[in-house]
Amino acid sequence: MPSALILGASSDMALAIARTFGAGGYDLILCGRKVSRLAPMQSDLEIRFGVRAFLAEFDAEDPGSHQAFYDSLGQRPDVAICVMGFMPGEKPAEQDWKTVERTILVNYTGAVSILNLIAADFASIGKGTIVGISSVAGLRGRQSNYIYGSAKAGFLTYLSGLRNRLYPMGIHVVTVLPGFVRTRMTENLPLPPLLTAEPAEVGKAVFQAVKQKKNLIYVRWFWRWIMLLIRLIPESRFKKMKL
Amino acid sequence: MKKKIANWGNYPVVISEEQSFTLEEEARASLEGMDSVIGRGNGRCYGDASLGDTTFGTLKFDKVLSFDRGQGIFTCESGITLDQILKIIVPSGWFLPVTPGTKFITVGGAVASDVHGKNHHVDGAFSNHVVSMDILVASGKVLTCSGSLLPDLFEATCGGMGLTGLILRVSFRLKKIESSYIRQKQIKATNLDHVLSLFEQYRHYTYSVAWIDCLKKGNHFGRSILILGEHATRSELSPSQTRDPLKLPRQTQFVFPFTMPSFVLNPITVKAFNFLVYNKNFMPEMDSVVSYEPFFYPLDSFLHWNRAYGKAGFVQYQFVLPFESKTALIEIMTKISDQGMGSFLTVLKTFGPQQSIISFPMEGYTLAMDFPVRRGLFAFLDQLDRIVLEHGGRIYLSKDARMSPEVFWNSYRDADRFMEIVRRYNPEYKFRSMQSDRLLLTKI
Repeated sequence: MPSALILGASSDMALAIARTFGAGGYDLILCGRKVSRLAPMQSDLEIRFGVRAFLAEFDAEDPGSHQAFYDSLGQRPDVAICVMGFMPGEKPAEQDWKTVERTILVNYTGAVSILNLIAADFASIGKGTIVGISSVAGLRGRQSNYIYGSAKAGFLTYLSGLRNRLYPMGIHVVTVLPGFVRTRMTENLPLPPLLTAEPAEVGKAVFQAVKQKKNLIYVRWFWRWIMLLIRLIPESRFKKMKL
Repeated sequence: MKKKIANWGNYPVVISEEQSFTLEEEARASLEGMDSVIGRGNGRCYGDASLGDTTFGTLKFDKVLSFDRGQGIFTCESGITLDQILKIIVPSGWFLPVTPGTKFITVGGAVASDVHGKNHHVDGAFSNHVVSMDILVASGKVLTCSGSLLPDLFEATCGGMGLTGLILRVSFRLKKIESSYIRQKQIKATNLDHVLSLFEQYRHYTYSVAWIDCLKKGNHFGRSILILGEHATRSELSPSQTRDPLKLPRQTQFVFPFTMPSFVLNPITVKAFNFLVYNKNFMPEMDSVVSYEPFFYPLDSFLHWNRAYGKAGFVQYQFVLPFESKTALIEIMTKISDQGMGSFLTVLKTFGPQQSIISFPMEGYTLAMDFPVRRGLFAFLDQLDRIVLEHGGRIYLSKDARMSPEVFWNSYRDADRFMEIVRRYNPEYKFRSMQSDRLLLTKI
């Protein structure tokens, strides 16, 4: 049976992705902090889909532990999906360096650290797929969300370079820009319903993208055009806007 | 974030803060900072039972915890819907012990409303099959209860509309099946007496329910179609059904695309609809083997069918009367027919005995019907309430949006005892709903 590694398994998006891969017959390795909390998710996946699910302790914020973490898995996944993310709360992140640092660590540094190891391992056998969940916030910096956005932008660029490097070795990299998703992370934001995807849609989109070897996907199609328009606004105009 | 919510009847609509959670620790942390809250699953109760200033949305708390395929014991978190459970258990040869007419309700809701199905006269209500449950009570503790462990909490939680606390986990017994098909028998009854005698004659059937035409007068007053069913054995299946006896039904879904203007529903359209339903069965008796989906959930294939009742919404009125009060049943049906207030789907069924302090079912006849909200409706329903009350009956809280506290306290005879238990676990009424406030259950 193929297997999928989920980094940052406790989010709503991660659960939806895990369920889609479980339904597709994948064994699952669920990784996160205080992972024993995810025992209900483990039984859920095993009973619903008749697959095996494993729990592995993983701390995205501690890159020094990543090699030991990856070695301890005892198996090589076919697909590695990096879902973890941290979006700072209402208080502007820039006022608090700890929050800024954590935003960069979870969304960029930690992600790069673990995916570097996985990429090297996949490269050694010439097989595997890596999926990174970035964000449309990474396509242009807005005053309301640019610390998070810039970390996701860094991750976006990293994924693009990684795809380029691994292509000759037969390893595929998928970049996902989900747009708004109805999750606990966005529960208290007023999101426009038409632009907001359910976590299950993200799960399906990621699974399809892996099957069809897509390079970069948006979940709801109009996000591609919205972001194109936003990127076309001249900087002289953009800097005056309240976004 | 505050948003507008309503339950299935689209009446009433309120502004509420919905708090969802994925892990038990999140629910416990949120509870600490709350003054008042009520659990809310998929919002399929009809009235104001799961509405309040703050609600605990359980839909993300939906994990399957264990499934003993040998013994048929299923344990899950409370936010999973029956729809999802069926997809897991049916292929293994198990079925829900009790199911209401929609599969889009959560397990937590099934317990809080103590739902009944077409098999109540044989198998009792949902609570009859619950092995144990975990409840988050007002103090922040999670308590496990069952028939023998904290039996007071267990009893007051079944049918208790969420007032004892938030139902977190439920373990319940399933029903063994040989196939996913139902051997169905439909019998046309020419009037009310006829259908009541048929209920009696066929009471050994596991599943029974009657669709009844509420507008017909004279000799055909109460004409109906009695629908009976048993889980089909393998030998009763057709050759094509035998190939995959535990097959899951295909999901065909039609989405009701818009909210229909209220005037579309009037005595003429309802009469025409009833004529079609009654006369689509040519033969007085019809036997068939059908998938469980159309048998149990005929309306589930119409997503948002509640939109057919217009923007003002509707209320579903369901009461139960003891068997000896047949005259009251006739009186109520006559009033509905005279007023031309008949609903599209009026459903009649018999309940078996049930011992409980707050659950709705009791031995007798139960009638359920939908009424679009319009001027004069509530005064009319108050008249019906009086008849129900005089004859020792009561009204289903999960459907209710408008009953008066007097009617409630006089018809639910053990309400005092129920509230005594509620106060043990919810002393400051942290768990309270619009309904419990309206019925003066949680007014301090």
